Amino acid sequence: MNILEVDQLNIKDTHTGKVIVDNVSFELRQGRCLAIVGESGSGKSLTCRAIMRLNPSSLHQTGRILFRETDLNALSAREMRNMRGRPIGMIMQNGMSAFDPSCVVGVHFRETLGEHYGWSRSVIDAMMQEAMQSVMLNQPAQLMNRYPHELSGGMLQRMMIALTLVLKPDIIIADEPTTALDTLSQQEVMAQFIHLRRTLGSSMIFISHDLGAVRHIADDVLIMKSGQIIERGETGQLFTAPRHDYTRQLLSARLTLSDHFRQLINEE
Amino acid sequence: MLHIQNVEKSYRKSGLLAKRSEKVLHGVSFSCHDGECLGIIGESGSGKSTLGRLILGIEKPDHGAILLNGQPIAQRQVRRGQISAVFQDYTSSINPFFTVEQAIREPLDGDGRSRADHGRRVDELLEQVGLSPAYRTRYPHELSGGEAQRVCIARAVANRPRYIVLDEAISSLDVRVQVQVLHLLQELQSVYGMGYIFITHDIQAAAYMCDRMIIFRKGQIVETIDTDRLREVQSDYARTLLGATIII
Repeated sequence: MNILEVDQLNIKDTHTGKVIVDNVSFELRQGRCLAIVGESGSGKSLTCRAIMRLNPSSLHQTGRILFRETDLNALSAREMRNMRGRPIGMIMQNGMSAFDPSCVVGVHFRETLGEHYGWSRSVIDAMMQEAMQSVMLNQPAQLMNRYPHELSGGMLQRMMIALTLVLKPDIIIADEPTTALDTLSQQEVMAQFIHLRRTLGSSMIFISHDLGAVRHIADDVLIMKSGQIIERGETGQLFTAPRHDYTRQLLSARLTLSDHFRQLINEE
Repeated sequence: MLHIQNVEKSYRKSGLLAKRSEKVLHGVSFSCHDGECLGIIGESGSGKSTLGRLILGIEKPDHGAILLNGQPIAQRQVRRGQISAVFQDYTSSINPFFTVEQAIREPLDGDGRSRADHGRRVDELLEQVGLSPAYRTRYPHELSGGEAQRVCIARAVANRPRYIVLDEAISSLDVRVQVQVLHLLQELQSVYGMGYIFITHDIQAAAYMCDRMIIFRKGQIVETIDTDRLREVQSDYARTLLGATIII
């Protein structure tokens, strides 16, 4: 069953008249993880923000975005607001700017969960602390009283994942969640993403330019280039037998680095 | 030869009530040979970029010395034209009011050669970094990330320096462009024979590029190892780092 269907999505810049995303159609099946891979400027992030209707108004989008039976593109701003967070959750690239810098992170959690579920402060604190422990954040009670600038990028990203664990959205959209992180935190965050999928069983759209991360988490992959989908397929198949030239280039570039590295660390 | 001798650096951190000082580098010593590519691998906050700024002479260490061929790098005449840098953020690395030509020409100013000579040098440099002479009149905002970083590299090699500090120079580029830039850096090294100090958190790229790697953590050197003996690393931290690397 498809939980999300994007049909002929077009995004046009009204200032320049340029078409940035060109007739993109894809579907996300229940419980699957779809990765959208592309380089900067390929339109992958715009496509996902179009699903959430978070693009600035100067970008005009047409097409149908069916979430279950509802066309997200036809909803009013108010109705759309209710879709964000609980039915469709989003994890952004930069944890630092995803939180309000003027409050401790706990305030953010209480506001978000209070708005969606109407729980009391003590319930929220208890649920969040449990979720934070499950993403390997120790001493959650103290962490809730920290400001975003006091925490590292990897910790903030794991806090977003903890919040998502409590929100239990039907679809999770993750926009380059590991790109801004170091090797060690990247691996921790990836492990938590896999854990998140396993516990919630939600469907996920995972945007990345890193084929290494994609291979670990995704079931299906879309390759985007200059606003168009140029190749799609199941992860295993796409990695072993890429059809499009561009996909091969992306793969071989990644393999140039990986193969060399593997040779260095493995015994002959 | 570049020597870093027992360098220490702290920054004052202003708290709510009291100012406290936080030590970023704790007695770091190493050296880099001419023509060597030396990797400095660390996580964010490990002090690796501070180390890069000290080597460039942009900041001065609290204790210790940085010597280029025995002369202290803190003196401007010692480092002039001898050491240059390429940074991570290519958008803010080039003056937005400069064309590509002006940006590359700037370090050449005052070397006693004629304008025509400089013009020819700009053409030669653009060609070496794989850009056509048509780029001379472009402005930074008209360039893609990879192109802007190539311009920064052309500017860095313009004076034929002995050392270039590459501070996360490829980290914000797409993987395909990263590999292209790495190959470009290797080519340039074979032409000019300068040494690279390759500061990064990406151990795979460092392993591809460097002769020797320094694993850096919390302002201290954890381990130094030749790249072809990478699998023999001893320290726990270096082993975790190797294990955590996502390979395809």
